[in-house]
Amino acid sequence: MRSALLRWLGPTPLSRRHALWGMALVAPNVLGLMFFFGIPVLMAFSTSFQRWNAITPPEFIGFTNFRRLVDDPNFHQAFVNTLKLLALVVPGEVVLALLVAVMLNQPLRARNLFRTAYFLPVVTSTVAASVVWTSIFQPRYGSLSNLLAPLGLGEVRWLVDPGLVLIPIAVVAIWQRIGFDMVLFLAGLQAIPAELYEAARIDGAGRWQRFRHVTLPLLSPTTFLVVVLAVINGFQIFDQVYIMTLRTVPGGVGGSATTLTYYLYRRAFTNSEFGYASAVALVLFAAILLVTVFQLRIQRFWVYYEAGEA
Amino acid sequence: MRRMMMRTSPTGGLSLPAQVLLYLALAAGAVVMMMPFVWMASTACKPDVELNKIPVRWLPENPVCLGNLLQLYTTSPHFNRYMLNSALVTAGRTLGQLITCSLAAYGFARFRFPGRDVIFALCLGLLMVPFQAILIPEYMLIRKLGWLNTFRALIVPGMFSAFALFLLRQAFLQIPLEIEEAAIIDGANPLRVLWHITLPLSVPALAAFAVITVQAAWNDFLYPLVVSSTPDTRVVTIGIALLQGERRTPMNLLMMGSFLATLPMLALFVLLQRYFIAGISMGGVKR
Repeated sequence: MRSALLRWLGPTPLSRRHALWGMALVAPNVLGLMFFFGIPVLMAFSTSFQRWNAITPPEFIGFTNFRRLVDDPNFHQAFVNTLKLLALVVPGEVVLALLVAVMLNQPLRARNLFRTAYFLPVVTSTVAASVVWTSIFQPRYGSLSNLLAPLGLGEVRWLVDPGLVLIPIAVVAIWQRIGFDMVLFLAGLQAIPAELYEAARIDGAGRWQRFRHVTLPLLSPTTFLVVVLAVINGFQIFDQVYIMTLRTVPGGVGGSATTLTYYLYRRAFTNSEFGYASAVALVLFAAILLVTVFQLRIQRFWVYYEAGEA
Repeated sequence: MRRMMMRTSPTGGLSLPAQVLLYLALAAGAVVMMMPFVWMASTACKPDVELNKIPVRWLPENPVCLGNLLQLYTTSPHFNRYMLNSALVTAGRTLGQLITCSLAAYGFARFRFPGRDVIFALCLGLLMVPFQAILIPEYMLIRKLGWLNTFRALIVPGMFSAFALFLLRQAFLQIPLEIEEAAIIDGANPLRVLWHITLPLSVPALAAFAVITVQAAWNDFLYPLVVSSTPDTRVVTIGIALLQGERRTPMNLLMMGSFLATLPMLALFVLLQRYFIAGISMGGVKR
């Protein structure tokens, strides 16, 4: 028994010592990760098949939670809201960040100053940012209504109107992500060899053509990464919804601002339906995974990897 | 040759109108990005009577910054305590991750042991799981441990990270083996090699990882919202949410609170900007 263990560790005393050192070094982090994150991952599956209200012991109920999801109009609404939000946030942040990155990639003065201005929202807490934007979107005394007043829109109740509430939430999300995406785009842009632009110029390509046929294709691996991360992040939007609807109707009037994450939070921690909320969490995870895998599959149609790099 | 020299000079290669347009566009964008900060700072200093004026005042006419600050402490008497709690949680998580993740990253980068690659793959697999998906079981685990409303709950799980492990391992792998081997031949044990050679050579990566971790810990909201509900363990993001939830809280105090909670991260960013940028470029992920 003892010799089998020794052989498993390594062929020589020196290699065994080496293996033991390695195991000892990784142990704290690996054990901590497995305990605090690995176990919850496994539990996530089991709790979604249970009914549990945090008071009485959990009860196994099979697929009941998932069947309930199918007919739950609030869940459907949260799902659709999440997709709508993604449709606003992902193109919004990616296009704006690309635009800013391309402009900042020009040789110009005060480049760092501009970069700082665009990046500052990234380090701001989403909670504080949402509080500030709530004030900006106030119907009467907010700075936005003041700016829009000349347009004669009247009093726009951004955070109350069910048809509008996702817009301010998307604005905060985009505002906080532009800087993050921009940094990734800038790194990608700087990796494009200057000779290619020279060659295109000599071939008579104009500014737009160089952007279209040199920048975009060579940047596409970065664009791919940015889009994948933007989608993953978009699925998880929570703080903005929580904070920005707190003063009116939490989750938006008639659930109009409720996203999947917010819905699962409310089901678990307001209604004490932990099992049902776990089923929602599992759907959220599956949706993120599916979209990410789908993006990986279709990347060959639009992402250009230089030979040898991929 | 002339073209290439022009490329290196500021805005060389662009015609004058194009340059003007470029600066205008960038400046306009920057103004929009900065507007919420201006609004936050200016509203934080407005006296109550100026809050509901139309047209809106962009700058307070009679600023009462200090008065509003004191008023905030009357409305939310434990606000400083929340700030301190956030600082404690942030420090605990960051130091914890620095220790556990640099040890583990070194172990994975430089040692061979049975099951190493499988274990490493499992750790990376955790990166795929969004935190919201395991929020409920995480809460159940913390509850079972009897850790609800304790600093242990806020700090201990945050001391481990798959992301930092991945990042630091990458950094350690870039250090040439020969440098470490010289020390190993001299009989130094792995911990000494890590401390005296590997870590000092990885300072940029460590700094980049640390600022990202500090930022994420300070701004964390959903997890503390779930595991802590008493004033003694309340962090500042929750403190602000409470102010926001109280409809009577006037805007100027809300903005003052947000300003205080934002200030440390803004200061950190201004001082360590390049590490933030490096952290994002290195990982491409924020966690």
